[in-house]
Amino acid sequence: MPAPSGAVTPSWKLLLTLGAAGAASGLAIVLVYTATLPRVEAYEAGITREAIGEVLHAPARSDTLWLSGGALTATRPVTEAGTVVERVYRGYDASGAATGYAIEAVGPGFSENIRLMVGYDPAKGALLGMKVLESKETPGIADSVVGPAFTRQFTGAAVPVVGARPTPKGPEPGQVVMITGATISSRAVIKAVNRTLERWEPLLARYESGLRRTAAAGDAAPRVAATATLPPARKN
Amino acid sequence: MIKTHVGILLSAMLVNNFTLVMFLGLCSFLGVTNKVSTAVRLGLADTFVLLITSISASILNRWVLNSAPYLRIVAFIIVIASMVQITEMAIRKWSPTLFRELGIYLPLITTNCAILALAIFQTNRGYTFGEGLTFAVGAGLGLTLALTLMASVREKLEVADVPAIARGTAIVLIIASGLSMAFMGFAGLMSGS
Amino acid sequence: MRGVPPPEIPGRRRSTATEDLLRGIWKENPTLVMLLGMCPTMAITGSVRNSIAMGVTTAFVLILSSITVSTVRNVVRHEVRVATYILIIATYVQLADILTAALIPDAHKALGAFIPLIVGNCLLLGRQEAFSSRNTVWRSALDGIGMSAGFTLGLTTVGTIREILGGGTWLGIRVLPAAFEPWVIMKLPPGGFFGFGLVLLALAWYYDLKKRRAAVQAAIATVTAPARERAPALERAR
Repeated sequence: MPAPSGAVTPSWKLLLTLGAAGAASGLAIVLVYTATLPRVEAYEAGITREAIGEVLHAPARSDTLWLSGGALTATRPVTEAGTVVERVYRGYDASGAATGYAIEAVGPGFSENIRLMVGYDPAKGALLGMKVLESKETPGIADSVVGPAFTRQFTGAAVPVVGARPTPKGPEPGQVVMITGATISSRAVIKAVNRTLERWEPLLARYESGLRRTAAAGDAAPRVAATATLPPARKN
Repeated sequence: MIKTHVGILLSAMLVNNFTLVMFLGLCSFLGVTNKVSTAVRLGLADTFVLLITSISASILNRWVLNSAPYLRIVAFIIVIASMVQITEMAIRKWSPTLFRELGIYLPLITTNCAILALAIFQTNRGYTFGEGLTFAVGAGLGLTLALTLMASVREKLEVADVPAIARGTAIVLIIASGLSMAFMGFAGLMSGS
Repeated sequence: MRGVPPPEIPGRRRSTATEDLLRGIWKENPTLVMLLGMCPTMAITGSVRNSIAMGVTTAFVLILSSITVSTVRNVVRHEVRVATYILIIATYVQLADILTAALIPDAHKALGAFIPLIVGNCLLLGRQEAFSSRNTVWRSALDGIGMSAGFTLGLTTVGTIREILGGGTWLGIRVLPAAFEPWVIMKLPPGGFFGFGLVLLALAWYYDLKKRRAAVQAAIATVTAPARERAPALERAR
């Protein structure tokens, strides 16, 4: 069957070829994906654990709280496989007292989205720390927002975070000084932090008050503690 | 709402110009930019394919790929290639004039990495259907702009005294570097929001 | 039900195995000579590390696709061959994406969307159509290895220039004194175009020099050679 000039190959044969190739391809991908999934998840979990440790200053342990039906719960809600459930992490010190929450934040940076982890203490209304997880900011110029000189300033900063331009006098206490030459990226980080906290703060407050209420009622293990309605995730 | 769309449009067209900032679709940028008229047509054909891509990617993401994101690359490439092929046949049948103007570029565009990149970026950024379309138009206009700018410089270059060793791709790359530097100036555009 | 492989290009002798291997590294180097796969050549060559990671990932896809395509080349019907090749390439790219995420997560993050975009690299489909679809598995593997080596070489060359000028380092090791003020622009998009432009200029200059030197040699040979040898020498000079 000389294809270019001879008789036309019947369609079913062509479909058979493509179908067989597609099936083999799908099978190979699914097999490799399943085989490597634990490793990828372990890596992601490692990154998250490290970031939690950094922004909550090495808590003795941390719990995951899941967002389900507009409220935080301590058990993972049952969902379809593959759906991402939003979550925060609650850190405790050695005596078992809660120290604060680690929350992941995403915001549009100079080129791509910046992903970061922020530690927040609702009792003081202040930040505990901040770490950039992922950024594609301009190398050599704006990637300094990842560096400690910038991120360190978030520790102890009041919420909402106020970004200040660098002045000879130095910043007001609690302010974050933006990096010269990376103003856009600095502002993007501050904005991402503020928007995330604005969204999560009411949820955390209800969760905490729910915990106190159940503790007062003598219930040891609170399940669903709050019923805050979640404002829709804001886009840029 | 409108602000979001304007932001996506300007970002895709100028700040993150597909060709001059993101290095996508360079084969046609380096190969088919000798004449302005050709460049404009290629750019418009590009925009058209990007729109088809955006629609296909939105549909795939919404109904097929949310349960199997690891099949994304294979699914995108096959569906986009088939969609372009089908559109090409449709145009050839219904509008031979349009086919002569734009259609000859379609096979060239299908393998252009800008097309797949659009589908992937749209997915990664979680654009809605409408935002995806705006993104495609912005990216397409950005490509057209880059192609046209390059072609108009190259038309002048025909009569310029370029050193023998720089003729060809080398001088085009160095001009592109200048254009790219100019586009970096758009970076501040989005900071106001 | 055998598909007919595309006809041999007439008037061309068959290449040897060594030629198949070495072709991609210098004479038909995909980046520096054939100008294929331009997008990654400029997009991810800001550092040598990323250049090598991209080269290795592309090598994985190219070598395995070449082997697969040459294995199934007699089974695949002619009409659907390009579609099948694209499917094979896309499968290996998807596998590369999953495997890099699992094995070298840092590089996977740095390369980002450019791993999926390997599918669009003209080098891959080009080699399948031009070589693997008409040659044995062994030769196709050699061709794939050679082409990938050439591609990695090209990427690393551009990466070297950009990283040294843009940051004063090579593969993270400082090579220029700290007093050197880095040309940050070399790491930014314009530097991608400029860096690759410089490499092409240098190559063109080298070939120009070589040609002139050969011409001078030939001229000398013509003048000094006895009269009966002049004609062939002149012929060679042309």
